[in-house]
Parts: sequence; structure tokens; C-alpha cells
Amino acid sequence: MSFVTSLGRLVRTTAFKLIAAYLLVFAVFAGSLIGYLGWHTQRLVTRQASEAIQADTDFMKSQFERGGISRLVQVVNRRSRAPDAGLLLLTSFNGEPLAGNVLNLPLNFLSQEGWQEIDYLRSDEAVRPGGRALVHVIYLPGEFRLLIGRDVVEREELRKIIIGPAVWGLVLLVVLGVAGGIFVTRRVLKRIDQMTATSESIMAGNLSGRLAVAGTGDEFDRLALSLNAMLERIEALMTGLKQVSDNIAHDLKTPLTRLRNRAEDALRTARTDEDWRLATEQTIDESDGLIRTFDALLMIARVEAGQGQSAMQPLDLAETATGVAELYEPLADEQGLDIEATIDGPLMVRGVRELLGQALSNLVDNAIKYGAPDVPGGRGRIAISAGRDGETVRLVVADGGAGIPPEERTHVLQRFVRLEKSRTQPGSGLGLSLVAAVVHLHGGTMRLEDNAPGLRVVIELPAEAEPADLQLSSGDAAL
Amino acid sequence: MPYIMSKPTCAADSLRPPLRPAGVADASTDGAFCSEDFTMRLLIVEDDRSAADYLRKAFREAGHIVDLAGDGEEGLALALDGGYDVLVVDRMLPRRDGLSLITELRGRGDATPVLILSALGQVDDRVTGLRAGGDDYLPKPYAFSELLARVEALARRGGPQAADTLYRVADLELDRLAHRVTRGGQEIVLQPREFRLLEYLMRHAGQVVTRTMLLENVWDYHFDPQTNVIDVHVSRLRSKIDKGFDPPLLHTVRGAGYVVRDIAR
Repeated sequence: MSFVTSLGRLVRTTAFKLIAAYLLVFAVFAGSLIGYLGWHTQRLVTRQASEAIQADTDFMKSQFERGGISRLVQVVNRRSRAPDAGLLLLTSFNGEPLAGNVLNLPLNFLSQEGWQEIDYLRSDEAVRPGGRALVHVIYLPGEFRLLIGRDVVEREELRKIIIGPAVWGLVLLVVLGVAGGIFVTRRVLKRIDQMTATSESIMAGNLSGRLAVAGTGDEFDRLALSLNAMLERIEALMTGLKQVSDNIAHDLKTPLTRLRNRAEDALRTARTDEDWRLATEQTIDESDGLIRTFDALLMIARVEAGQGQSAMQPLDLAETATGVAELYEPLADEQGLDIEATIDGPLMVRGVRELLGQALSNLVDNAIKYGAPDVPGGRGRIAISAGRDGETVRLVVADGGAGIPPEERTHVLQRFVRLEKSRTQPGSGLGLSLVAAVVHLHGGTMRLEDNAPGLRVVIELPAEAEPADLQLSSGDAAL
Repeated sequence: MPYIMSKPTCAADSLRPPLRPAGVADASTDGAFCSEDFTMRLLIVEDDRSAADYLRKAFREAGHIVDLAGDGEEGLALALDGGYDVLVVDRMLPRRDGLSLITELRGRGDATPVLILSALGQVDDRVTGLRAGGDDYLPKPYAFSELLARVEALARRGGPQAADTLYRVADLELDRLAHRVTRGGQEIVLQPREFRLLEYLMRHAGQVVTRTMLLENVWDYHFDPQTNVIDVHVSRLRSKIDKGFDPPLLHTVRGAGYVVRDIAR
């Protein structure tokens, strides 16, 4: 029973159907080729026989014309006895044999003139069995009838030589083909079954499962590799999602608790209008902070999920970078920092202006927060540079602050991660996560490097082809 | 306080009362400002009853006349009756969604300014809303002061100064064609961005302009710059146009934004 079902499964597979179809086509082709060969060989043999018969006929006719029936009888007798002689029979008008080497002919056979194929027995060699022959019957003056023929037994043998092995060959071909088909199909099925089993285990929740790659580079490997890449992405997204919910649980509940405590505290202790106002004011500030964090979280999640891809269009990153540098310049100045922007535009990239602007602004904001000089009254420096390097657009924001130790550099890209020394500064710990997500959405890379001292963030984005005509940059939109 | 409100209360003021540590100096008068006295007729299309009631109350306190519609069809019918200065439309509404309401309205040749409120907050949400025919867009949750400032800006769009080439507030003059700013006849040199900042503030003279509005309209940025970078730009501008002159014209409205106004008028 299980054999039948597994055979049924085998037969239903695409691989098996393909093999069967090929086998059928090949068998039909081979069959027709053999048939054509056989037919042609037969025709050739028949033609040779009929040409020889025709030559004999012409010769016999000339002998008859030269010497009448007696000479013909002599010639026929002589020829009949020659080795490798053809079939010869000369009869009188009533069918009585006069000379020749043929026996056992149907009686009425000689009553018709023309070409025929007959079975015969020779009179001269009883040992040699009769066979099939092509014969020509002619009437001679005086109602004599002459039969001249040639044995075509070779033709029959040739047919046997060709047809027999061909049939066997075909049978062997079909058997081997089916066996090979089953073998190949079973191998294919085995790999498909492996894939199915892995997918099922992944669906059951084992997200770290991966499809086996045989390393042969065949189509299954390619499929497995691309499915594995997809699984990688899904796992990353799922991890992100889980991380988001963990983070929400932890980092949103803390300010929510604070908010609630403050309101409770106001209820309990507020006496004057001023107390109430203060409490309400703080509540609004706290909820604004929460909204901000919430917005940033949602934005990261959406960007990571690939949203905004539809809003991408060619834009000049140089214009965005210049704009952000200019936007932050007064603030930086106030904090004792000079912004030095070295921007070599235009730098066309394909992207979402809002997201790239937000990312850049996060970086500059970080540089201002953490890049301030330690010495009171001293001046710090933030370097923003942007330029094209072959097929990439490189954007660097560097500060001279404390920097990030190498071992922390991947860690800080995660949500809500804040270095211990930055806890005193306001911030959600989402800034760099958003930058990383935006860069990833745009198909770019991001590196955190040591600026000795300070942090150097290097972003590389794929460059877009230069536009034919530079449009009015949207930053200078007329008011 | 030299300025006396003609309205009983001012929403921006009542929402964020003055609260600052003593000794922090600011050139602005402290808080008692909202936009100059004028009355708008508003239609608010919002299905959440309590949010709608809150908005009606707050707009009324700011001196405006408010009608409410609870779904898209009702909103469309009321809007088509006409007579509103601004429509405030929620994006997700029963019976007819906000975007379809706006498209239908525009299709019938009604050009009443529309502000879209949206809780969707997707990256391209704003673009979708504006493309459908909206004039401004505000993601939820929002501060009422932000909504009020934007609605007032919409209502007075195409107001007295919109097409002028010369803006004037007291003795401060801005020549849009010559790119020249003078105060009391004395030329003030401004950076290009400062010029655009002042230009926007003066076009909306007497109206409260929020930081986000400045960021969107002067910088064309639609993202959150984390820190109040705008404040530093405004204080730089203020030091150029108000320092050494009297009275101060560029005022900070606590909890809302800025306003350029001649309070002595």
C-alpha cells in the first residue's frame, strides 16, 4: 500500500512527468528513424532485384528472337544450373514446364503477365529451402511463358537485422528511462521533502532553521540560498518586532509610571493653583516626550519594514546636508561648537528627503550633544563632509567628543541603547537606530569610526545618475 | 502687561500658562498672546465625540464659531452648504473617509482650505493627504496650540499681506523684491535664511506661528529636529531686528510659537 502511494507520489512529480514526456518523444523519434532506415533498405534491395530481372528479361528476349524456343530452353537450362542463379521457369501455353529451376508454383500464377512477389521452392536444390522472390512473367510468341525472378531473402534478413535489435533497443530505452526517471525523481523528491520539512519546522516557530545547501550550485541550491536569505530577513524583522515590544514594555512603561506618579502626587499634595499648574505642565511635558519616543519607534519600525520605498525619488543629498548644517549652526554655536561643512554637490541619490533629513539631523544633534568640548569656554568642532566616490555618495559626520568605544559600536545602533555617560543628556536612545534603519532602507552602509578623539559616522549610499537639468532645489522653495 | 485681550480667554494661553524660572530673560512679553482678534467659522469633521467636543470648546474659547460633523457624508453636506473659513477633517471617518470627502469637495469646485488630521503617520501620509486636495496636514496627537495656529494661518491665507511686495509692521519694513530690511529707516543686514524667516513671520503678522510651521515653510523640512533649533534662529533674528529698537516686535508665545506684532498699535 505504501509502495503504491509512494509510487503514485513519484509519478505525480514534475520531474517524473518531464522524464516521461522526454522518453515518449525520444521513443517516437527513434522508432521513426529506424522505420525510415528499414523502409529505404528494403526499397534499395527490391530495386536492385528488379534491375537484375529486367536485364535478364532483355537477355532472354534477345535469345528467343535469335534462336527461337529451342535456344531459349538451352539458355534457361544453362542459367538455371549456374551458381547464384536467379529464378527461371519456362512453360508452354498450358503451364507445362520446359526448363527452369522453380517448383511448387500456384497453377494460375503464370496466367498473368507482370511483376509479382511469390513464395517458391527450387527444383534443383532440395536442401535450400524456398523463399520469397520478386518475379517477372512475360509471354513470348507461341504462348510460351517465361518467369524470371530474384530471391529477396536478403531483404527479409536485413529487415530482421534492423527491426529486431531496434525493438529491443527501444524496450531497453523505455525501461532504463523509467528507472532513471524514478531514480532522479526520488532524489528530487528527497530534497523537496527536506525543504518541506524545514519549512514546516520554521512555520512551527523555529525561525532559526535554514534549508540545507548541498554545495553543488544546482537550481535547488540557488532556491535554498534565496529562501535562506528571505528567512534571514524574516528572522531579523521578527527579532526587531520582539525587541520593539520588549523595549515598549521597558522604556515606555518607565515614563508612563513617572507620569502617573506625578498625577497621583499632585492629587495628594497640590494645594494652590500654582501647584496644579506645575503638575499639569509637567504632565504635558512628560506626555510630549512619550509621544516623541512613540513616533520615533513607529518610524523605525516602518522604515525597517521597508515602508516609504514608494516615496523614493531622486534628490540632492548635498542640498539636504547643507540645509541641516545650516539649521543646526546657530545651536551648535551656542553650545561652543563650530560646524564645518565640506559639501561637494550635487550629490544625487534616490531616497526619501524627510527620512534622510531626519537621519542627518539625528547625527548632527548627537554630535552637538556629545561632541561638546570638555573644557568650559573651549571651542569644539563638528565636521560634516559629503562627496561622491565613484558609484557611492559618502557622508561623514565627525565630532571631537568622547566617542564610542569599539566594543559598543554595534550595540548603540539598537533601540533604546544609551551609553552610561550619555544618560545625563535628554534623549530616547532611538536616534542612531533610526539612522541605521534609514540607511538600510536606502541600500547604503553605515560605519561608526574613531575620530581620535570623538565619533565619526560614515554613511555610504548608492549614487543616482546625474540629472540632465538641475531643478530648483526644494529647500529654496519660494515663499 | 501692556496688551489687553479683547476676548475673554486665549486658548494658547490657557493651555500653557507662563511657567519659567525666575531670572530667565526673554525679549518676548510673557505668554499672554494669541493671534490678533478675528473670528473664523470652522467645520470640524471628526467621529470621536470627545475629541470633537474638546476641539469645539477650545476653538470657541479662542473666539471662533464651530460646527461639528460626526461622519464623512454629514461633513460633506455641511461643507457644501458653504460659509466656512476652514475645514478640519479627520482622515479616518465612518461612511466616507476624509480623503474622499476632500476629493469630492474639490471636484465640485469648492476651494475652502482643509486641514487634515491623521493618526496614520506613515512616511508618505502627508503627501497623500496634500495630493488629495488638503492644504495642511497635522498628525495625531497634536498640541491644540499647533492646530489653532495652523487653522488661523489657513483662514488668513491670501490675507492682506500675501501678495504685497512690501511687508510693514510698525517701523519694521521688509522689501521682498529688493531683499532689504529696514527698521526706523535703518538698514538691517540679514542672512538669506533669516530673511526668509522674517518674511514668513511678517506675512503672518499678528498670527501665532509655531516652530513646526517655521520648519516646514521656511526650511521645507517635515521631520522632527529633536532639539528646538528654531529657537536659536529666532533669537538671532530677534537680536538683529529688535535689539536697540522699541517696542519689541518679535514675541515668543509660550507653549505655542512666535508672533510678529506691534503691540503698541
